[in-house]
Amino acid sequence: MPQSIQLGDAKAAEIKAVSIGKTFGAFHALRNLSLDIGRGEFLTLLGPSGSGKTTFLMILAGFTAPTTGRLMMDGKDITNVPAEDRSYGMVFQGYALFPHLTVEQNIAFPLKVRGRSSADIKRKVGEMVQRVGLTGHETKLPAKLSGGQQQRVALARALVFEPSVLLLDEPFSALDKNLREMMQQEVKRLHEETGTTFVFVTHDQSEALALSSRVAIFNHGELLQVGKPQDVYERPESRFVAEFLGEINLLPLDALRLEGDRAAGQFEERTIVLNRTMAMTGPNAVAAVRPEHMVICTGPQNGDRNAITCRVEGATYFGASTKYHLKTRRGTSLAVSMPTAATSPIAPQTDVWVSWPVHQGFLLPAGG
Amino acid sequence: MTGKSATSRKMLLLAPLLLFLGLAYVVPFLGVVRWSFTLPEPGVGQYRALLTDPLVQSVFARTLRICLVVTAATLVMAYAIAYVWVRGSSVQRMLAEFCILVPFWISVLTRAFGWLAMLSNRGLINTWLQSAGIISEPLALARNELGVIIGMTHFLIPFAVFPIASAMRSIDERVLLAARGMGASRIRIFWTVFVPLTYGGLIGAALIVFVFALGFFVTPAILGGGRSVMVAELVYLRIFQSPDWGLGAAISVVLVLFIGVLLALMRRFIKPAHLVG
Ligand SMILES: Nc1ncnc2c1ncn2[C@@H]1O[C@H](COP(=O)(O)OP(=O)(O)OP(=O)(O)O)[C@@H](O)[C@H]1O
Ligand SMILES: [Mg+2]
Repeated sequence: MPQSIQLGDAKAAEIKAVSIGKTFGAFHALRNLSLDIGRGEFLTLLGPSGSGKTTFLMILAGFTAPTTGRLMMDGKDITNVPAEDRSYGMVFQGYALFPHLTVEQNIAFPLKVRGRSSADIKRKVGEMVQRVGLTGHETKLPAKLSGGQQQRVALARALVFEPSVLLLDEPFSALDKNLREMMQQEVKRLHEETGTTFVFVTHDQSEALALSSRVAIFNHGELLQVGKPQDVYERPESRFVAEFLGEINLLPLDALRLEGDRAAGQFEERTIVLNRTMAMTGPNAVAAVRPEHMVICTGPQNGDRNAITCRVEGATYFGASTKYHLKTRRGTSLAVSMPTAATSPIAPQTDVWVSWPVHQGFLLPAGG
Repeated sequence: MTGKSATSRKMLLLAPLLLFLGLAYVVPFLGVVRWSFTLPEPGVGQYRALLTDPLVQSVFARTLRICLVVTAATLVMAYAIAYVWVRGSSVQRMLAEFCILVPFWISVLTRAFGWLAMLSNRGLINTWLQSAGIISEPLALARNELGVIIGMTHFLIPFAVFPIASAMRSIDERVLLAARGMGASRIRIFWTVFVPLTYGGLIGAALIVFVFALGFFVTPAILGGGRSVMVAELVYLRIFQSPDWGLGAAISVVLVLFIGVLLALMRRFIKPAHLVG
């Protein structure tokens, strides 16, 4: 029986990563990463392939040692505590179920390791099977289960021993859209029920926004921004974050000037006004606006709005919404997404106005 | 229809092999079957003798006993070598590979005599132990069942390493990590996850080794020194020394049938592709 170090009695732990770095040879997989993960939080690590999400998760779990930096849990330094003593729940990409054990035996494994009595194990496993909706499949081997069912076994196995932290590495990447959405809701519910700290990895931005209490965006081994879904989506601090979280229109501005808590600049002979959200570094910047925050209209609208003239180039029908592709007079491409029900089709080559509320636009540095 | 002609073309490629197997094994074996029913006189007399002759029975019993012990010993050692080969550091891997491949370059005969030089009464081991004063009388290491078992095990280990290593390689690393993450100790992971996931390879290796061992001739003849005769040697003795061709033939037929049954069992348990790694 492994000597389990008592790391904290709380069911949900608080983790602090302090300037974590990880190199493989000369390659920097993670650079100077500091991140606080709050008690009971649902934190999502989001980033493109190869950005270091799995590496960071492996460091959190204790399977990989960081090259530099420290990891604290509930105030204690756990940098050198091995994985088996941290005992976080983990759902691996591809699930990593024990192929030779039945559903029940898989879920019972962590309890057996902890030397629980067989009556206790039976009760707990039964409870968990019911909770994740696997009743009737208890004696099946993983190979006999569908992808979604395997996913549930992995979740049950990771949660059954009430770990203080649950780590999930792209758990839904192999599932189809419907099943994926169902499992997302289930994970969300399990998070609310257990109150455990969840760290979830994905490279699907809509999944990240839908599930998390906070999102941490990675790129090239760096943590670019951490914040509530709405904040990172509507107030990205960098162009990468803005573009990674969803489609965005970028309008280059000239003659940037400050007017109180607002900024204004010129875009194709029109003045664009924005909230001042970032420190301005020069006279040039881009105005960034999400396609769904813009509307197509017949004239410059009144109120606290910006408007520019465009020509419709085409439209793509997405069911609930329709996306219009437009070009400004000097050839900047724009996309405007509007609820299909709220608009009547607009023919290509029509000249229109595109407008958006001042508070929906934000400034980004002109460069990158 | 292209599929059909492609299949028949592949069959054509197989033809030389089939022809060779037919001429070199099937036809002669049918001859042996005929002898077993015709020599010295027509009938099932030889098979009845098999059931009653105490010498034949003791040889069969010894063969089974030796093969079981050899299979067990081979599996244990092959498992250790395969483990190092698959999961060791790069130096360990190279060493293991060397240990697995070298035996293939040395003939069975050379190896049997090599063991004789090690194990006999005045062999390396006994002389060394005696000069070190650890023993006064030489240990009986060769010219008995022990010698046969040592020699055969040594010969068979590489054949068991391949299917076992193949099973070990197909284990998903993340499954082992998952077990660790749940707090399982390394020993526990080895016995409750790693080993069970290699059962397929172990069964395959066991059957290969056992079937192979049943027909061993050179190693038992040399290291057994005529005192622990196994079935293949008995056939040889019946045919070339007694000469009792009918009985020798009947023993061969029984041995081939027995091996056939084992191979059929093996096919049920594992895919042939798993055996070569
Ligand atoms: N053991 C290793 N040795 C060398 N390089 C590694 C190792 N593990 C990861 N890397 C490199 O570190 C970088 C980050 O890898 P990581 O697996 O953390 O990416 P990720 O963000 O999880 O990507 P994905 O979304 O594709 O899973 C990659 O460029 C990868 O090639
Ligand atoms: Mg990854």
